[in-house]
Amino acid sequence: MVHEHPPDCPLSVHDLTVAYQRKPVIWDVDLNIPEGKLVGIVGPNGAGKSTLLKACLDLIPKTSGWVHIYGQPYRANRHLVGYVPQRESVDWDFPVNALDVVAMGTYRRLGWFRPVGKAQKAIALEALEKVGIAHLAGRQISQLSGGQQQRVFLARALAQDAKVYFMDEPFAAVDAATEQAIVVLLQELRDSGRTCLVVHHDLATVAQYFDWLIFLNLRVVASGPTREVFTDENLRKTYGGKLSLLDHAAEAIRRS
Amino acid sequence: MPTPHEILSTVLLQSYNTRVVVLGTAMLGLASGITGAFLLLRKRSLMGDALSHATFPGIGIAFALMVSAGGSGKDLPGLLTGATISGVLGVLCMLAIRNTTRLRDDVAMGFALSVFFGTGAAVYAMVQTKPGAAGLESFIYGKAASMVFSDVVMISTVGITVTATALLLLKEFTVLCFDENFAASTGWPVLRLDILLLVLVTAVTVTGLQAVGLILIIAFLIIPPTAARFWTNSLRRMLVLSGGIGAISGWLGASVSALFANLPAGALIVLTAASIFLFSMLFGTARGVVLKLLDQARLQRRIGRQHLLRAAYEILETMNQPVSNQPIPRQRLLEHRSWSNPELSRLLTQARNEDHIEPGSNPAQIHLSESGFGEASRITRNHRLWELYLITHADIAPSHVDRDADLVEHILGAEMVRALEAELKPRPVIPNSPHQIPSPS
Amino acid sequence: MNWTPDDTWIALTGALCAMACSLPGCFLVLRKMSMMGDAISHAVLPGLAIAFLVTGERASLPMFLGAAATGVLTAVFTQWITRFGNIDQGAAMGIVFTTLFALGLILIVQAADHVDLDPGCVLYGAIEFITFDTVSLGSTEIPRAALVNGGALLLNLTVIATLYKELRISSFDSGLADTLGFSSGLLHYLLMTLVAVTTVAAFESVGSIIVIAMMIVPPAAALLLTRRLLPMLLLSSAIAGASAVLGHWAALIVPPLIGFERTNTSGMIAFTAGLLFTLAWIFSPTEGLLRRRADALSSADGTT
Repeated sequence: MVHEHPPDCPLSVHDLTVAYQRKPVIWDVDLNIPEGKLVGIVGPNGAGKSTLLKACLDLIPKTSGWVHIYGQPYRANRHLVGYVPQRESVDWDFPVNALDVVAMGTYRRLGWFRPVGKAQKAIALEALEKVGIAHLAGRQISQLSGGQQQRVFLARALAQDAKVYFMDEPFAAVDAATEQAIVVLLQELRDSGRTCLVVHHDLATVAQYFDWLIFLNLRVVASGPTREVFTDENLRKTYGGKLSLLDHAAEAIRRS
Repeated sequence: MPTPHEILSTVLLQSYNTRVVVLGTAMLGLASGITGAFLLLRKRSLMGDALSHATFPGIGIAFALMVSAGGSGKDLPGLLTGATISGVLGVLCMLAIRNTTRLRDDVAMGFALSVFFGTGAAVYAMVQTKPGAAGLESFIYGKAASMVFSDVVMISTVGITVTATALLLLKEFTVLCFDENFAASTGWPVLRLDILLLVLVTAVTVTGLQAVGLILIIAFLIIPPTAARFWTNSLRRMLVLSGGIGAISGWLGASVSALFANLPAGALIVLTAASIFLFSMLFGTARGVVLKLLDQARLQRRIGRQHLLRAAYEILETMNQPVSNQPIPRQRLLEHRSWSNPELSRLLTQARNEDHIEPGSNPAQIHLSESGFGEASRITRNHRLWELYLITHADIAPSHVDRDADLVEHILGAEMVRALEAELKPRPVIPNSPHQIPSPS
Repeated sequence: MNWTPDDTWIALTGALCAMACSLPGCFLVLRKMSMMGDAISHAVLPGLAIAFLVTGERASLPMFLGAAATGVLTAVFTQWITRFGNIDQGAAMGIVFTTLFALGLILIVQAADHVDLDPGCVLYGAIEFITFDTVSLGSTEIPRAALVNGGALLLNLTVIATLYKELRISSFDSGLADTLGFSSGLLHYLLMTLVAVTTVAAFESVGSIIVIAMMIVPPAAALLLTRRLLPMLLLSSAIAGASAVLGHWAALIVPPLIGFERTNTSGMIAFTAGLLFTLAWIFSPTEGLLRRRADALSSADGTT
């Protein structure tokens, strides 16, 4: 199979394999994601969804293959990328408030040594406003609810002002209101030409939220517009015999 | 016992010797308080412990090299260089273990500590037969009381450099400690920042080791930042406090040691810092234990009051329509919720103290006061608004709502209640409970 | 080199002590509390001092009890500060042991007029001199240190063998242990008592350097070689024993090689353990550095 990788593609992954010790976690991943799409990454537990994200972001070593952001290696185009890690990955007891965390999104543009100033705080506050919790800017982060913490992380990514966003399970354990708010936000991002890759768990909502899907189970089962790839066959190939999940999905297909 | 005059003159640093010791330890406390804060946030507080032990072989080897080169072996810069090199090697060894195995930080630190320290002991025993080796121990036990002016100059130079660097890199270290992955994804050189932080700690440790000793420097890196954390949720304030607590411990401890001949300064400084820690842990205004207990008690009282008043209101609703304030039999209240008798008595006493219940009167009959009745109807109304909200706005089965609402209504403030009212277009009367009110059995 | 019967006793005692320390050490490493051995070995100072001030002599038993009690207290205080103060365990440990050590120093200075209880002897136990303090057992003279450390090893073996599954489950998942009815709190303190008793026994007879190293390094090396608890305990004991024997041997032959007269056996034992760890780190068949390198190369080959 010959893969074309158009240079203006926000994310193109070629032949990516990541192995942890002797066990390959994902292999032969080949992807081209067009600009301005909401991309859902779905697959069973342990399918390597987070690993794919982290490998794209150079957070874990790649065994083979390359990842290009807008036609350039990740390092060159890092400033175009925003990242929302899993919420549990940090210590929420850390002595900073919501605004401080969001301002971290501006640090890299600010560069070495220069302290956070009014301009950065204004950007951070604006980002908090977009996720609807500007009134909590001064609150210490441990005093925020799970959904609010997730919004803080999203706001931080917004403050990065990126063109491609990588989000690791932003919907995990958030309340319904937050989930809705995040979906609206994602759609706004897409409508302004940004590309978002989102690791997602809930097959019931996947077709409704995303317009492009990557089915992942150690390798890419399918990648393409939701309309084309959200099929019974792909679900079965991705999830294997986990029937209860498939029932959910079948219902979702009927509804869509 | 020292006289008041002696105390005053010591605390005010009138004697030259005291001034030197106090200034030196306070400077060190400041620098280690600030670097230690980052170690605490990076969850590597014991790094100072590992590092200070890891310097040991370097001191011995430097001594041996200098002796065989024909020197005295006791050249301070030479020994410090040896200590620094072996400390940095210990740090690198630790980072290597952490990054190339699945062993965690604590094991990596423990490895560096014990192997380097053991090696140091072996080296030290070897070089001990060389002339002039006696006194190398002072590197381990310190000699705060015999600090001289040149020590203070060195401590201050290192302390100011380290503090300035740490503050200059405040935002870099913050993002490193808070969210390593995010930092890496945005292109900060995480490993190099880690090494830089540990180099700062090494500088403080090595300087401190020879000036005040091993245990004190370990304590200085851990205790002030941990104590500071109880007083604030802001990183900047924590850094300032931590540096301040370190400096004050140095000043007080060294002063007391100057007053009593038989008390080693290092140990006293540690105990001073530990007392400040204990006080902070108990009474800290951000995370102190007492504060937390008070908060908990207050919350419990509020929830208790709300439960009592709502129960009373719900009983009144079953007694007459429209609802009016009447005496309620105590027995009915007791049956309404799963209160035990003493529990209810406690709640009633509390309500009486808050003037929600008419004083005096028959103990078997509970009569709400005017304000108590008003409060009861308000609480019941908020509660039902919330229930209604959950039922109409979220996919939660109504049978599950009550339990949630009980918890959540106490957490929601007045602001949320207003928002709910606007959303639900409240009716002129108190909305009926979406549940059937269980009739008392 | 001249290996005497005394050297056999020293190596044997070292091995007993190393194995005694490595057994509870495995659980410390699994519970992310590796620094506990170090903490306890510093923190027992006030226990020693108080026992001395109360009894007025350097008798073994009161000192032993005082030290063991302070060791357990270290664990208790650490737990309290971690829980009530909501503080990182490492930091809590650091606060407790530095404070206790400082307290001990002050107490010792008070007693210093009439005692040679200087902190130096706390840190450098003299494994070289154990043969001067022997106990007659039938016709043979056995160093007291060998008996003490053998006793500690026996105690650890017994407790770990009897409570193997309880300790395993509570180290793996303390919440699960609690729901199954094994109080993880109780097991925690039991383990800490073992650590304290072992530490004090070892340190009083052969010095604390061995203790600190043997509680961390052999278990860590074993963890690089296996992922299961029982093999880990066995491997770690084997590595500990080997470190002691090889360490003493190295202490005899290395100094002359580089132009010195003698060195410190405890230190060489810790150093040897470090070397053995490094071997495991590089050559572990499942996750050594070489294996990782080879895997990275082979899977890169496999995919291109």
